[in-house]
Amino acid sequence: MAKLLPRKDVVIMGLGWTGSILAQELTSAGLDVLALERGPWRDTANDFNIGYMPDELRYAIRKELFLQPAQEAMTMRNNVSQTALPMRDYGSFLPGAGVGGAGVHWNGQCWRYDPSDFIAKTHLTQRYGAKKIADLQLQDWGVTFDEIEHCYDRYEYLCGTSGKAGVIKGQVQPGGNPFEGSRSREYPNPPLKRPYCASLFEEAARNLGLHPFPVPAANLSRPYINPLGVAMGECTYCGYCERFGCANYSKSTPQTTILPVLIKKKNFEVRTECEVMKINLHPDGKTAKSVTYIDSSGNDYEQPADLIMLCGYGLMNVRMMFLSGIGKPYDPKTGEGVVGRNYCYQTGGGGATLFFDDKRFNPFMGAGALISSAHDFNGDNFDHSKLDFVGGASISSGQSNGRPISSRPTPPGTPRWGSKWKAATAATYGHVMNIGGSGSSYAIRGNYLDLDPTYTDRHGRPLLRLTFDFPDNDIRMQNWVGTQVEKVARSLNPKLMTMGRAGKGWNSVPYQSTHNTGGAVMGADPKTSAVNRYLQSWDVSNLFVIGASAYPQNAAVNPTGTVCALAYWAAEAIRDRYIKHPGKLA
Amino acid sequence: MNRAAFLLLMMLAASAAHAAGAPDYASVQAGRSAAMLADCISCHTAPGGKPFAGGLVLETPFGGITAPNITPDNDTGIGSWTKEEFVRAVKAGIGPNGRHLYPAMPYPYYARISDADTGAIFDYLQTVTAVRNRVRANALRFPFNIRGLMASWNLLFFRPAPPAPHTDKSAAWQRGEYLVNGPGHCGACHSPKNPFGADAGRALTGASLQGWFAPDITAHAQRGIGAWRESEVVTYLKTGHNGRSMASGPMAEVIENSTAQMSDADLAAIAAYLKEVPGGGAPPRALAADDGHMKRGAALYEDNCLGCHNSRGNGQSVIFPPLAGNPVVQQKSAETLIRVVLASTQAAQTPRAPTAAAMPSFAWRLNDAQVADILTYVRNSWGNAAEAVPAGAVTKSRAALQLH
Repeated sequence: MAKLLPRKDVVIMGLGWTGSILAQELTSAGLDVLALERGPWRDTANDFNIGYMPDELRYAIRKELFLQPAQEAMTMRNNVSQTALPMRDYGSFLPGAGVGGAGVHWNGQCWRYDPSDFIAKTHLTQRYGAKKIADLQLQDWGVTFDEIEHCYDRYEYLCGTSGKAGVIKGQVQPGGNPFEGSRSREYPNPPLKRPYCASLFEEAARNLGLHPFPVPAANLSRPYINPLGVAMGECTYCGYCERFGCANYSKSTPQTTILPVLIKKKNFEVRTECEVMKINLHPDGKTAKSVTYIDSSGNDYEQPADLIMLCGYGLMNVRMMFLSGIGKPYDPKTGEGVVGRNYCYQTGGGGATLFFDDKRFNPFMGAGALISSAHDFNGDNFDHSKLDFVGGASISSGQSNGRPISSRPTPPGTPRWGSKWKAATAATYGHVMNIGGSGSSYAIRGNYLDLDPTYTDRHGRPLLRLTFDFPDNDIRMQNWVGTQVEKVARSLNPKLMTMGRAGKGWNSVPYQSTHNTGGAVMGADPKTSAVNRYLQSWDVSNLFVIGASAYPQNAAVNPTGTVCALAYWAAEAIRDRYIKHPGKLA
Repeated sequence: MNRAAFLLLMMLAASAAHAAGAPDYASVQAGRSAAMLADCISCHTAPGGKPFAGGLVLETPFGGITAPNITPDNDTGIGSWTKEEFVRAVKAGIGPNGRHLYPAMPYPYYARISDADTGAIFDYLQTVTAVRNRVRANALRFPFNIRGLMASWNLLFFRPAPPAPHTDKSAAWQRGEYLVNGPGHCGACHSPKNPFGADAGRALTGASLQGWFAPDITAHAQRGIGAWRESEVVTYLKTGHNGRSMASGPMAEVIENSTAQMSDADLAAIAAYLKEVPGGGAPPRALAADDGHMKRGAALYEDNCLGCHNSRGNGQSVIFPPLAGNPVVQQKSAETLIRVVLASTQAAQTPRAPTAAAMPSFAWRLNDAQVADILTYVRNSWGNAAEAVPAGAVTKSRAALQLH
């Protein structure tokens, strides 16, 4: 029998980026907020000690900071004709665990989506006709870029994002991304120093008529104090961003931007190593009453609250809705139902690896978002009318790291081990650059999430099942963009070059991207979305589901900036409207 | 009801409140402010404990002294004390039963506080939550465990008479002098002590306590705050850092609980006074860069410290303190530096500077000789000059901190 605890105004599941933002905003609005985090407490000096954080084996290979399958696994299959099997190790994507969530180990690419991304269905239908997108299950977000522009701005200033604006108040800015939506002001910090590979890429791209620019980075180009008064240091280009906590307070994470202020608040509490088991509803099923959680000693608690925020990784939010019986499950046969709907990912492939004899890149100097990119073939920035796909990809080159275990490019035909391999890695290290493409991922009827009928977690709850393969549209898109990448790459005259290609058969083993989206998507129509434009559950009015789970489909660039902008957007609606008049906001 | 009757009623009510012992509003507010200036809460609150409920053990050369419970609990606090008894304890070091307090309670400084302000502190403490918490007995070694000896100590070292006013000084200086040498009791930590724990030698030139070296805060250009502008002293006390140094350890508590809450005028007064406190002699000349310890220290610094503190030792003003020109780095004793490198430390957290960044521990990574060489290098580079750090000092600190 769960022990009944005194009620709180707000309970938040998960203290990563969105949980921290919601907690900061709602405590500032005077509410008493409790965060339940199933992972451990983590802070910079104790957990990301500069003496041992750059340990590639421990953190990048053995993945110490990530969710472990023993705590929560998932099953996967490519389509409904297959039987899903559990992933025994997280490989293709790496959910975070612990305070800070995946915000601890991200690279820090701090993007906005394009205005047309938010109205994908309407925009593409208007421009190309409904037939063009008939094979896809595209939806509008129910919110526009202009509506959340100020939320992007808040997040970028929270992070101290280093970048160059492309369009300010409608005016194109030299050196920025001319395709971006109009922003209200410049980034808070200038771009990072540009590495050699990015300089070469920019020059080659410009010669081909493209518009390269420095990627907005939540790796700080200079010391910074954010609007909460929290100070950050300057990035040292150490090359240990992704998969690592930052030891230098120079990557924006909940720990380096919000938590110092939040944890001192008397109306905030975090209980770590406490895992939410389910959300309990009132008998009418229209509002949530409490959450049940279990602590590290195995004790059960029932925590009543007036407002419940699901702020876990997107996939966990969706699973929690299934486990709590909230919202109608999606059925891929009929296309009806909302929970599990429009699961999308990120489309890769189509990248080039360039080998040189006469160029030295010093790849050990890097940062997660130390990249230059061109968006000429992103989203709908180019005419698709004569092409057999919609969507697009960024074309980029950068230098995130040159770490000793994983960063050993070798020419094709090199043995995988032995003296010849050693000689090849020694000869090529530092003489290789990549030009890659990160592509959009659009929804189709057959890609979705539900509960696995067979496999359960250590508490006996069904695992989440991912049914996913790369849609034909996205593969055609990525391989077309690959031909554009190839043009840029060839113009640099490498000694040797290899090209990747996108293809069918998503495999959960090799790392691809921790950009899983959808499953509890936002929208204006309760028949096709699980949450409304304020991320409020259509079915349970005191439940908000915050995260990339809300994306109706995924754009080409990294999702974190939009996740956090949506967190501010939801927080505003709660603060300005919901608190005064609890109930449906839309 | 007419106005006269109403006033009469109010007066009766007020006198009834007095009769019941309820302190008046103005006195409680004055006491809250005076208690903040005197930083009562820092010593009288145990880590993680209830405010003013005592239990913090002050490590002294004579053994541990436990700060008592000063909440208004009748049995375990000061609930049964009278105001007069309280004033005598705070200002003369004599408890209600006639027992002598140990001068870990800085009554030689508090003697400067007026009876009215001290009484106000009493009134304020009557309003805090009473906590039943019997603090454990002091763990002083013989003969210091004999309280009666404190009568002799007082005879030798206690000068309760306030000093003559320096009428030629500015009002700010005089206010600063009072705050520093009265309620602020800065010298309790920052002034050198004689073998009996009494202030001795040149005031405010730094002293060792509780495993830290409370630095020189005189106007000495290198070891003190002589190179700081008054506004930088104010910023330091208000926020915990000022781009030249950053508070952590016991001073972080003082800043969080006391100086960050002081008025800007009081902080400016403290700065005006400290800027005129004469410092000691010149520090030694910097060691040559080709000294063996310096060369090894430079290499180790590059591998371990440079990421935050920079190759020029200038840190990053908003988050990592500079080492170049930082007085804390150039004290006679490297005790604080050794401690920080071995055991880690966290900066003060104040409303205007909430980050409270922390330095990680390096005890597991660096041996005693390496720590000594790094610190010798840091203390003698970029214009810094201070005594070399012997490896033995690191060994001693490591043992005291129980780090292996």
